[in-house]
Amino acid sequence: MAKKNEKIEYVKNGKRVDGRKVDELRPIKMEVGVLPNADGSAYLEWGQNKVLVGVHGPKEALPKHKQNPYKGLVRFVYRMATFSVPDRKNPRPGRREVEISKVSGEALEKAIFLENFPNCAIDVYLEIFDSNAGSRAAGITAASLAIADAGIPMKDLVCAVGVGKAGGEIILDLNKTEEDAPDAVDIPIAIMPRTKEITLLQMDGLFTKAEWKKASKLAFEGCDQLKKMQEEALRKKFDTAEKKK
Amino acid sequence: MENILWNVKTDKVLSLIKEGKRADERKLDEYRSISITKNISENADGSAKVKLGDTEVYAGVKMMPGTPYPDNPDQGTISVGAELMPLASPEFEVGPPREKAIELARVVDRCIRESKTVDFKSLCVREGELVWIVFIDTYVSNYDGNAFDATSIAALAALNLVQIPKLEDDKIVKGEYTGKLKISKQPLLSTVAKIGGKLVSDPTLVEEKAMEARFSCGTVDDTIMCAFQKGEAGSFTVEEIDECIDRSFKNSKEIRKLV
Repeated sequence: MAKKNEKIEYVKNGKRVDGRKVDELRPIKMEVGVLPNADGSAYLEWGQNKVLVGVHGPKEALPKHKQNPYKGLVRFVYRMATFSVPDRKNPRPGRREVEISKVSGEALEKAIFLENFPNCAIDVYLEIFDSNAGSRAAGITAASLAIADAGIPMKDLVCAVGVGKAGGEIILDLNKTEEDAPDAVDIPIAIMPRTKEITLLQMDGLFTKAEWKKASKLAFEGCDQLKKMQEEALRKKFDTAEKKK
Repeated sequence: MENILWNVKTDKVLSLIKEGKRADERKLDEYRSISITKNISENADGSAKVKLGDTEVYAGVKMMPGTPYPDNPDQGTISVGAELMPLASPEFEVGPPREKAIELARVVDRCIRESKTVDFKSLCVREGELVWIVFIDTYVSNYDGNAFDATSIAALAALNLVQIPKLEDDKIVKGEYTGKLKISKQPLLSTVAKIGGKLVSDPTLVEEKAMEARFSCGTVDDTIMCAFQKGEAGSFTVEEIDECIDRSFKNSKEIRKLV
């Protein structure tokens, strides 16, 4: 971590603090079908972030009064392991985790044919084992893979990425050092790339509309790259299954 | 649980909005009337009540001395709480805040915090030892939609009135104040609902029942934004988000005159 009051050049000769270009994602690894007991699962490494997702369902939604006779529910649980942050995190879920769970579940709903599953629930359980900015984007990207892995019919995969500003520069996929910049703006965004629909959008920091225009363009480009990686991860599972036969 | 009566009401909302109309005859980008009552609690360091149509929110601020976070030893902080009171709607229950109230509190917090309207360094009493924590607590007492905007207006109105309590031996002297808390900007949230594919500002409760998605944008003045929050299961195109942002600047400019 950068020391306080130390002047950092966030972009120098086109390179960022970790050597990336302004529109470059951190290294990402995705794998599906990692949990034998879940109906669908995914493991994702995104820079230092490490995310494990398991999907159970569709199954009968209980308690019964939660059921919707017109469509299925998505119940998304985002949790961080106690050791996943610099200080030990209180194991009790905090307000941040409750809010992220809510908006992440909502970000996935549109992509799933929920009308096929009246009175049912799709439970998505997600744990962050290591974090360094952008864990909710990593979580949504991984959860979308796990839902596809569960064989649940989807209109599109959902890709999420952080975009924003550090040291006056608009950049894709901020790391922790960039997120701690004095003028930092952090915008997690989830997109269904085929129809270019935005299903999650948050922001904190001071931003103009012109900056948002630039940032949203970067985010769409980043999500196109993510979708290719997601498709490759899904294909790989089935290629491996074929070979085993 | 699905309620048949709500289905009938939301069908009506949807058919009206398709023609560009609303049940209360507002335009799609028009707000309900807003009234602000200042200083509703003598015990609070600053307080206000806001009515946005039939949605009513009480907000009160208490400044409390506390210890700073180790990573920011020279800074105080703010804390926003929101309660969806059981008396405000048959859907709200007694007990600790659920996800809806938590999201509301966090988004209003984000709008105020990120606008940097309160200088956290000015809340420092003794570095590393004692700082002020500004507790902004809000209570939705009647719910008819758009709690985000009503709560953000109430929180800002209360914040604008805050007097800093007098400290003696690190304890608050009751009823004595040393001056006003400096509020340098006027951050406000402005919310748009997407209903039947159309963008509708300041949704009422029945409009919220019919909405696919919701987008709130916080602005500090006519050019700078400080917060976004998209909610609900639907989606927005980037063009729709741009339109929501323009509306937020326009609507918050009017509301700012009242606060």
